This record gives sequence, structure tokens and C-alpha cells, in this order.
Amino acid sequence: MKKLFLIVPFLMLAGCSSSQTWGWYVIDPTTQTGWTNVKFLISGMWATIQISLIAAVLSIVLGLMVALPGLSEKRGWRLTNRVYVEFVRAIPLLPMLFWVFYGLPIVFQSMGLNVPIDPFWGAIITLAISDSAFTAEIYRAGIQSIARGQREAAQTIGLNYVQTMRYVILPQAIRRILPPLANQFIYIVKMSAFASVIGMQELTRRANELVVTEYRPLEIYTLLIFEYLILVLIISAGVRWLERRMGADERG
Amino acid sequence: MSDAAIELAGVNKWFDTFHVLKDINLTVKNGERVVICGPSGSGKSTVVRCINQLEKHQQGTIRVDGVELTDDPKSAASIRSEVGMVFQQFNLFPHLTVLENLTLGPIKARGLSRKDAEEKARKYLDRVHIPDQADKRPVQLSGGQQQRVAIARSLCMEPRVLLFDEPTSALDPEMISEVLDVMVELAQEGMTMVVVTHEMGFARKVADKMIFMDAGEIVEEGHPEHFFTNPQSERCRKFLSQILQH
Ligand SMILES: Nc1ncnc2c1ncn2[C@@H]1O[C@H](COP(=O)(O)OP(=O)(O)OP(=O)(O)O)[C@@H](O)[C@H]1O
Ligand SMILES: [Mg+2]
Repeated sequence: MKKLFLIVPFLMLAGCSSSQTWGWYVIDPTTQTGWTNVKFLISGMWATIQISLIAAVLSIVLGLMVALPGLSEKRGWRLTNRVYVEFVRAIPLLPMLFWVFYGLPIVFQSMGLNVPIDPFWGAIITLAISDSAFTAEIYRAGIQSIARGQREAAQTIGLNYVQTMRYVILPQAIRRILPPLANQFIYIVKMSAFASVIGMQELTRRANELVVTEYRPLEIYTLLIFEYLILVLIISAGVRWLERRMGADERG
Repeated sequence: MSDAAIELAGVNKWFDTFHVLKDINLTVKNGERVVICGPSGSGKSTVVRCINQLEKHQQGTIRVDGVELTDDPKSAASIRSEVGMVFQQFNLFPHLTVLENLTLGPIKARGLSRKDAEEKARKYLDRVHIPDQADKRPVQLSGGQQQRVAIARSLCMEPRVLLFDEPTSALDPEMISEVLDVMVELAQEGMTMVVVTHEMGFARKVADKMIFMDAGEIVEEGHPEHFFTNPQSERCRKFLSQILQH
């Protein structure tokens, strides 16, 4: 990240002095076509944000459902958790995306269901599943960090499993879970770029399409990198704010 | 209803291959106070934890109020709320206020209204002599106060039996007596209690029955009078002479 900061201005300077390699006109907002191009590129932002946000929410729910059996005393439940986490973590995102987008509808068809999967939901499902393995591990670590005595005390005052989680364990674990969970959101945003290959009109797809018509990959992909950079920087500022707040709570 | 609050018959337990409880037989009658002592690692905590099913025993039967403990989670929950437990480390819920610590069980497990639960909570806070700390967080209290809150939290469930696992071992010496005083008062009010402790002064004062455990066995059992003055086994005599020296 830091290195990128150093390299990019250097490249831009180089670009100003030699118009042979750089042609900023393609995204020069002061010109008519340049401005149209910039608007076209930035208009993918909303889709990127939407996909990432929905995938993150699903991953947060799914991750908890995967994490809880991993904390069970029963070996069978724990095994289910391990198999899911190891399996999902092992699959590269792109093949999983292809499998969900091209393969899953066929699976549904063979079961007599007609569930079309568009690029939007294909991307979301893939990102959510892929990320849920990591979210699950974050939950597990956070919940395990709460001393065993807390769970035992909850049990001795008659709380059942769900009540113990809801009123005793999760409220305490959440401050250890939330910051890394928010961090994980950065991963989703970056991985959402893969949605471009199944035709989702998000940031990367827009850049690719413009490159094809304008033949200016250097400038367009530079702008693309900055678009992600801005998104990620905003999120990490949010994470830091969250970490400070959680830390303050713990001390208070 | 049977006369026995708790009945352990032929209870055996293993941690993997380690035989931690060996053929434990123990009856606690309603209103009786039983004190368990013994060297570290002898299985005292494990006995108590088996009674409220924080641990599972593998052989023998444990009955609470005449009902045998089984694997059925429903019976586990209902028996747990009959049996209160006070831990060495207090185990108060740090994210809740004292009052919320006390009302959580009654509201969620017993279905009491908030108002009734708070009324009950204040009554028991009074009983453990900390009526004015209800809105504080546990960390703001001294160790002795925290342990008394923990006792009050158990009392709010109105258990038939209260188990104590070394309730004063984590306390600074000057705070031990304030907790023991509360426990003595409970005993005088007729609460059925099983107490693991090395506080022999307390034991002499309240115990109806003394249990000495060593290496997973109940080595000696008896009325405090005989127990302290004339222990039968060599192991118990040695343990008592060590502990009474302090
Ligand atoms: N979860 C566990 N797994 C394996 N061994 C255990 C477990 N819990 C306790 N033990 C072992 O069982 C034995 C009895 O433990 P227990 O805690 O009942 O002893 P205790 O009499 O309460 O000792 P102390 O006075 O130190 O509290 C000890 O040797 C302990 O190491
Ligand atoms: Mg112990």
C-alpha cells in the first residue's frame, strides 16, 4: 500500500513529461469525452458497493452459523465446521464464481427448480460463501476469547444455549469480533472485482469496457486503482474508528 | 418428595484415562450443610461441577431433588435452575450492571417481569449487605463485593441447593470474612449448602457434615466434632494438621 503511494505519483510525473506513454485526455474531466468517460467509469461504483455490502451482510450471518458448531463439545459438529472452513478456504474465488454462475443453475434445474442466477446475485453468493469461512474463524476466535466461566455462570442461572449466546457471550465477544469483521469487508470489496468476468457492470468491468474502445489501459486502470483505493481507505478509516470505540468501551 | 436434596451413588468419572472420581457416595439432606475439603487436585471441584452438570459423570447416579440427572438437555436446564453455584472466580457478567446480573436469570429463564425481577434482586442485594451498588458494573466493586453479588445472583433463582466452589480463595484476606458472614447467615436461614472450602473456622461453625477427599475418593466423612478432634484416617489427620496451622 505504502509502496503504491510512492510509485503512482512518480508514474504520473513521468506521464506528464512524455506524452508518448501517457494520454490523460481519455479521462480529462475538462473535456466533453473525458468527462463522459470518467462518469462511465465511476458509475460502476454503486454496483461494487452494493455487491460488497450485501455479500458482507450475508457472510456475517453465514459465518456465525458456521462458527457455532465449531464451538460445540460434540466432535461431529466441530467436524462439520472444520470441513466447511477448510473446504471453502481452499477454493480460489474465480473457479467458485464460475461454478456458482454457470454450474449452480444447472444443479437447480436438475432438482426441477428454475432459479436463474444473474451476475449480481452470482457475485454476491460467491463472495458471501468465500468470505464466510474467514468470518466464521473470526467469530470462533472472538467467542473462545470469552472465559469459560462466563458460559458456566450463565448455565447455572438457567439460561439455555441461545440465551447464553445472546445475552452473555456475544455482547462480550462483539468488541473483539467487530474490528476484524470490518477489516474483512476490505477483502470483499477487492474481491468483488472478479464479478467483472461474469458481466457484472461494476468498477472493473466498466474500466475493461472503456479500455477496449479507447485503447488507453494505463490511464484507465490507474484511475480504477484509485477508485478502489478511495473505497478501501474510507473503510479502513471506519475500522480504525471502530477499534478506538471498542477499545474505549473495554476500558470504561 | 424425597428427604435428600442431592444423592450421589457410585459415581465414577474419568478425564480421558485419568480416574478423577472414584465411587463417590454422598447424600445431602434438605437443609443440611456439607463442607468438602481435601488437597488440591483431589476432585472437589469436579464433584460439585457434576452435581450441576457442568461436567458429566460416566458411571453411577446423581439425583437432585429425587430426579436423576440424564443427558436430556431439558432436564439439565430445569435441574440447573434448582441448583445455584458460586464460583471461585465470581464469574459475574462484566458487560452488565449489578442489577442486570441479578435479573438476567429470573427474567430469561424464569419468565419474571422486569419489575418483579428487580424487586427480587434488590431484596437479595440487601441480604448480602450491598443495597446501594445496584447500578455499578462488577469491575467497580471490590472482590468481596463481587462475590456477594455472585451469591445474590444465585439466590435470585431461589435454588433448592447452593453449591460453593472455594468462594473465598480468590479474595484478599481482609475481604474473606464479609463473604463468610453472608454464607453463615444463609446457613442459619436453613439453606441447603455444599461448600468446598479450606476455611475450617467456617466449617466448624456451620457444617452438619464434613467430607475429606483425596485422589478422587471420599476418604473420610463425619460430623465436624469427630472430624476435627478425632479423624480416622492418616491422610485426613495430616491434611488437617497442615491446614489448621495457618
Ligand atoms: N477438564 C479437565 N480435563 C482433564 N483433567 C481435568 C479437568 N478438570 C480437572 N482435571 C483434573 O482432575 C483432577 C481434579 O480436579 P479438581 O478441579 O476437581 O480438583 P480440586 O480438588 O477442586 O482441586 P483444587 O483444590 O486445586 O481446586 C485434577 O488433577 C485436575 O488436573
Ligand atoms: Mg477446585
